[in-house]
Amino acid sequence: MTTISEATIDTLRFSTAGSVDDGKSTLIGRLLYDSKSILEDQIAAIARTTSKRGQEGLDLSLLTDGLSAEREQGITIDVAYRYFATPSRRFIIADTPGHEQYTRNMVTGASTADVAIVLIDAAKGILSQSRRHAALAVLLDLPHVLVAVNKMDLVGYQKDVFQKIKTEFAAIARELGVREISFIPVSALVGDNVVSKTVDAANNMSWYVGPTLLEFLETVRVKKTTSSAFRFPVQLVSRVRFGANQDSRGYLGRVESGSVHVGDQVVVLPTGETAKIAEIITLEGNAESADSQDSVTLTLDRQIDISRGDVIAARFKPPRVIQSSDKFRGNVCWLGNEPLSLQRKYLLKHGTRTVAAKIVSVNSRYDILTLKPETVTTLNTNDIGELSIAVAKPIMVDAYWENHVGGSFILLDEATNATVAAGTILAETSDV
Amino acid sequence: MSFIDSIIPAGFSLNKKKLDAAGTAHSEQVGARPALSKHLRWLESEAIHIMRETVAETRNPALLFSGGKDSIVMLRIAEKAFRPDRFPFPLLHIDTEHNFPEVIQFRDKKVAALNEKLIVRSVGEDIRAGRVVLRKPDESRNVHQTTTLLGAIKEFEFDALFGGARRDEEKARAKERIISHRDEWGQWDPKNQRPELWSLYNLRIHPGEHVRVFPLSNWTELDIWQYIAHENLEVPSIYFSHLREVVERKDMLVPVTALTPAKTGEAIVTRSVRFRTVGDITCTAPVASHASTVDEIIEETLLSRLTERGATRLDDQTSDASMEQRKKEGYF
Ligand SMILES: Nc1nc2c(ncn2[C@@H]2O[C@H](COP(=O)(O)OP(=O)(O)O)[C@@H](O)[C@H]2O)c(=O)[nH]1
Repeated sequence: MTTISEATIDTLRFSTAGSVDDGKSTLIGRLLYDSKSILEDQIAAIARTTSKRGQEGLDLSLLTDGLSAEREQGITIDVAYRYFATPSRRFIIADTPGHEQYTRNMVTGASTADVAIVLIDAAKGILSQSRRHAALAVLLDLPHVLVAVNKMDLVGYQKDVFQKIKTEFAAIARELGVREISFIPVSALVGDNVVSKTVDAANNMSWYVGPTLLEFLETVRVKKTTSSAFRFPVQLVSRVRFGANQDSRGYLGRVESGSVHVGDQVVVLPTGETAKIAEIITLEGNAESADSQDSVTLTLDRQIDISRGDVIAARFKPPRVIQSSDKFRGNVCWLGNEPLSLQRKYLLKHGTRTVAAKIVSVNSRYDILTLKPETVTTLNTNDIGELSIAVAKPIMVDAYWENHVGGSFILLDEATNATVAAGTILAETSDV
Repeated sequence: MSFIDSIIPAGFSLNKKKLDAAGTAHSEQVGARPALSKHLRWLESEAIHIMRETVAETRNPALLFSGGKDSIVMLRIAEKAFRPDRFPFPLLHIDTEHNFPEVIQFRDKKVAALNEKLIVRSVGEDIRAGRVVLRKPDESRNVHQTTTLLGAIKEFEFDALFGGARRDEEKARAKERIISHRDEWGQWDPKNQRPELWSLYNLRIHPGEHVRVFPLSNWTELDIWQYIAHENLEVPSIYFSHLREVVERKDMLVPVTALTPAKTGEAIVTRSVRFRTVGDITCTAPVASHASTVDEIIEETLLSRLTERGATRLDDQTSDASMEQRKKEGYF
């Protein structure tokens, strides 16, 4: 039996988006089915449902249509997560609904994705929804967009149809500022180029020489934008005393970017006090270092008053401190059911810190198809725009394009507790 | 590539087996445990992060502990998140009183070893007090756990409950958030879930409401077993193959117990079986198996062609939508 080497281990997160009926559910079903990730009882269950509806065969789209409410309406209304693995990678799929009013679900699903798969129906060509998906990928700074041109069987597998969509959409992507883009012609229904290239006389796409969708996902290299500067938002302060003299506090948290070593010089923000890392504590014992994404407990070489929401950071490359009553600029996707209000007070959660915030101005709304700014006075559900926001207490931020964790935030409605906006912090703070 | 090779997921290696003179398989002795794979390390760290966020932002959390494998992993995550401190929450077991004795023994031993506080609230109490009315005396108590759970939430004023549910278990779970908001009736509204972006969790609730928190959302059954193997965690003995009297019913093996006797005309046979989940006796079925170690379970899980719930839940078969319905009403 084979032993797979540690070096190849990797988890790829991707989101899928398309307009209703582009074949997204079928595509994911096909991916899972052909990669042998679907189990007998699930196949039996969808076979039962397919025949109950008076249809024949196996409707692969039923595999991902999870909730009965959506099955009644026949559309996917919420983000569903799926897991599968092949010998070379593990995958987490965030399957996001295509319906126009659910932009917020798409943002939710794509926020942590390495690759966004955008489906285009070959017979219909590029729709405004396709542009919207690419635009959101730009706003979320996703490393890679993969365009799956689906239903190639409906257009006789013609190369020209694929080429035309590819040329047009590549131009749109360039204009929007998509980081990297690839195109694959597929038929989710028949299975061509999803897991394997089914090239026969009737279904001929032999003109396509690139990878299948699965091969692409297995091999794509993603360039993540996470700066190497150490950031450690403090989640909790331990009541136990650590260290030889039992006088050190333990700071619980996750290394959100960079890495940390015992002896490193750090700064604690917002106070600005400096110290050295004394210990890195785990259940297995003390460690010499911790990497990005490791959850650990830190102690410092001197006593400083630190509480939840403070950030321990690299002393020589600290995050920017936005002081109380200062403003910063951010792009937001408005998720709330009620429009943005300049009168209301919101809560802003950034890292492990929640502070009162006020929206000072709506600077623009982006035309979702072109990303051109328009002048408006408010944002409605699913709108994306640029705001200036003032905070009641300091927050320690990075620009989103440099550091996704240090640069992202959510806004909460203080009265309803709803999450009303998701935001990314823009570079400079001085030119608000 | 053989069939087995083609379905082995990334990051996994099967231990080579040696056959001894008697023909039984033994895992080859390995020296020091290898480091946690990158994938599991990320899952573990994410779970720790979620647990710490919840403790920081809620007033009175509790961790649901059943003695099952997912909740055993949850306890390990809690140790990783908070030791050397005590856990900043009690453990809560919603007891159907329809348990396999091995699981309850295991539960008590584990709690004692951890030196943590366990609260037990039983469905039986609610039945005896008339808060739960059964249609027939031997029916599954799984659904009735909801009443007992909501009672405990009210009694102790819990505002957050950690559960070990995973999104790969079942279709309705695939859309569950990590932080799942419940109204004052304990109900889940799938149409009105809060958007969950990056790792910024919204844990704010109104008085009387609570959140269910699922730190293992992104884990699969295989991840759970690989983690149990890596961390060398003990699990109740009924997860391993053993000889048991069963009857074959509707393509399933049903254990013959005082609560689930054979029906007239059914043949009782002794089979080598193990359980993949350890719920209510009346609705938990074992699978035929010879896996007697965690490594063998992992191997079997890789080759298994049935999902956990499909294989082992007698009550989920009726309808594709039954789990979602129960969740809306406040089930785990
Ligand atoms: N001819 C053809 N039909 C397809 C293909 N993929 C999906 N469909 C059909 O398109 C319809 C919508 O598919 P579905 O997966 O439900 O779309 P979704 O709304 O994007 O999830 C269904 O009738 C599918 O059978 C394809 O590659 N070729």
